Amino acid sequence: MTIRVQQEDFDVGAELAALRAANPKVGAVASFIGLARDLNEDRKVLAMTLEHYPGMTERALEDIVHQAHERWDIIDALIVHRIGTVLPLEQIVLVAVTSAHRHDAFEACRFLIDYLKTDAPFWKKERTPQGTLWVESRTEDEQARAAWEHGAPRRP
Amino acid sequence: MKIVVLYFARLKDAMGRSRDEIEIPTRVTTVGELRSWLTERGAPWSAAFAEVRAVRAAVDQSMAGDATRLRDGAEVAFFPPVTGG
Repeated sequence: MTIRVQQEDFDVGAELAALRAANPKVGAVASFIGLARDLNEDRKVLAMTLEHYPGMTERALEDIVHQAHERWDIIDALIVHRIGTVLPLEQIVLVAVTSAHRHDAFEACRFLIDYLKTDAPFWKKERTPQGTLWVESRTEDEQARAAWEHGAPRRP
Repeated sequence: MKIVVLYFARLKDAMGRSRDEIEIPTRVTTVGELRSWLTERGAPWSAAFAEVRAVRAAVDQSMAGDATRLRDGAEVAFFPPVTGG
């Protein structure tokens, strides 16, 4: 398991190569990349700043990865999340999972980002032409997480 | 009992600081009781807790509910719903 919280951008190709390096058991890699947009709920976004809770963030992400291991047959998982100032077009988060077959990698990857959205202590603040404001949490994110609890997509 | 209280994001802005060390009375034993007690103390807690919708909490860096018990030296954090990813 690799968990990193960092200011710097990341190289997706290099990260995925490192995740599956020299492991011939890996038959599938699934990944999700979250990006900063220039628009949120009709507001123009000039930049965003990500704050987090050092210590708890890492623990929460490790816990989420443990849950994914219990639920699917995955080989390894990687989460890289940026903090500090991020501009539109830039990468914010990378979640990647390796497994023998695609199903486990796809499902576990979706599970990890859904849980990260509601359980990992990160907060976004947007800078707009009208001033700065904290981003409100979305009920869709709560619903996506809840769906996994109610016996949602498990391995066939 | 002495605890450390941390504030994040909008709650930190509303408090005007990120951390308090607080001696709490023995009758305050849970997260919910702590929030009520802090609110009763008045500014800046009363305004900060009123301003932030659905305040969440963590105790010793794990998500906590109102019923989560406090211990001496605990690190309690209050914050708005998370918005990472």
